[in-house]
Amino acid sequence: MNAGALRSAATVVALSIQEGVRRRVFLAVLVLTLAFLGLYALGAHFAFRDVDEFAAGEPKILDPHAFTGATIFGLAMFATLFLGAVLAVFLTLGVVRGDAESGLLQPIVVRPIGRTTMLLARFAGAALLSAAYVVVVYLAAYAITEATGNWGPDHLLGPALGLALAVAIIAALSLLASTVLSVTAQGIVVFMVFGAGLTAGLLAQIGHAINSDSLHTIGRVASWALPFEGLYAAGLHALISGTSGLTGVALQLGPFGGSEAAGPGLILWAFAYLFGVLALAALVFSRRDL
Amino acid sequence: MAAPVLAVSQLHKRYGGQEALAGVDLTVEAGQLVGLLGPNGAGKSTLTKIACGLVRPSGGTGEVLGQPAGSPGARAALGYLAELFRFPGWLSASELLRFHQRLVGSEGGEAERRQLLELVELGDAADKRVEAMSKGMQQRLGIAQALVGSPRLLLLDEPTSALDPVGRRIVRELLEELRRRGVSVLLNSHLLSEVELICDHVAIIARGRLVKAGTPQELAGPTAVVVETGSGVKTFEGARREDAPEIVAELVRGGERVYGVEVRHSSLEDVYLEAVGGETG
Repeated sequence: MNAGALRSAATVVALSIQEGVRRRVFLAVLVLTLAFLGLYALGAHFAFRDVDEFAAGEPKILDPHAFTGATIFGLAMFATLFLGAVLAVFLTLGVVRGDAESGLLQPIVVRPIGRTTMLLARFAGAALLSAAYVVVVYLAAYAITEATGNWGPDHLLGPALGLALAVAIIAALSLLASTVLSVTAQGIVVFMVFGAGLTAGLLAQIGHAINSDSLHTIGRVASWALPFEGLYAAGLHALISGTSGLTGVALQLGPFGGSEAAGPGLILWAFAYLFGVLALAALVFSRRDL
Repeated sequence: MAAPVLAVSQLHKRYGGQEALAGVDLTVEAGQLVGLLGPNGAGKSTLTKIACGLVRPSGGTGEVLGQPAGSPGARAALGYLAELFRFPGWLSASELLRFHQRLVGSEGGEAERRQLLELVELGDAADKRVEAMSKGMQQRLGIAQALVGSPRLLLLDEPTSALDPVGRRIVRELLEELRRRGVSVLLNSHLLSEVELICDHVAIIARGRLVKAGTPQELAGPTAVVVETGSGVKTFEGARREDAPEIVAELVRGGERVYGVEVRHSSLEDVYLEAVGGETG
């Protein structure tokens, strides 16, 4: 890519970010995020207080404080992924077909920037905003958990980066959908895919809990087919990977405890998947009449 | 000899089972202002979109300054305003032009932006947001946007459709100014009088085919010489202006008294209606 193309790409990235920040949905997401973090702080405060009172003087087979911290922080990760996915989808809503139908795309595409660079720049804008958002919310949830319960995860940054990559993948899938689907259909399809991924992840979790190979296999296949789910599950696992004994086992069996570590294979696959989805989106876009 | 600014040859485009273009040949020379006429759905917009790389042809070739239509080099040489367009409403006129300056790598800066806005008579609307502009202002801003980076070829698809008479006049004067500067323009329009007034060359498309082309004068050729004589009005169909003296001399030799002679031309509208067979999209 030459200097001119880079400058054009940076211009479109900047426009995408400006446009994203100006969208009302961004404001709505910010308000919801503040509401979520407020609620989370309240919940974490009472959860830690009550479990400490409840468990006082009981024999310590399970560490109730760590169990509570990991469970509520796992919940916070789920909420962060959900809100990040909402943001990623809305930032890429109608980017190709919708904008082409409204006449917003043509004045840009006829410029020398080229379709692929334009598409990648739009992706970069949406992915950067969404990834920055999930990292900030994740760290805010961590700060709240640490402040209210004096508990922190076993690994802090790994899950954050996993969440960032997960929302980037969701943004890429949404962008691909926007090359062929109308705005409404795009939103519905991407959220259904998101929901399917999380459901498959829960199935894998249940499979692990009840020792069902079939369910576990289904979950693993889904994690690879939709690696944002695999990254999320791996992030949950990383939160408690250093927690041993019954507490660790109990957490892994719960809804917010990942039973699978990411491993280099999943990370590599997630990046390959991301590039593959973007390449497919670029191919479809390059062949599309506007 | 320099390559034409725009040359399309045997251009075909099919949308599913529908043939939008069925082998169109057209050239736009340097500094030429070409009007593209035709009913709705005739293929005018498709031709323009192929020229700027928005639509891929099913067959034939299109070149801009000798480079394949849609290639980066071809796109760098042209400016385009679509019939249906929208700009981000939150950008001001000046910000929109700066955005396009960055996309084309123009180093014209503030001076170019100011000059373009003044050219379309939006000089005092530089800081006005697009969403606060009337449709006519947006259309003029669209033309200014298309002119960012001083393109050699300007493709305008119905650029005056939302303009009032004053706005149309501004655009007409702007196009004449561009011609003086040597910019080539392909103008899609339904406004025959406008095309007749300003275009050097007119091409009429119907059902995806080029049905008539030429200068407005060539197209609007004479159809008759009408002579008022002592024995009544005589009409000589098909006669040209050059034939009028001989017709009059013949009548006088035959003993007629001649009181008046009129050379009748068909208007571009007559030519258009005849060419498209009364078709409307």
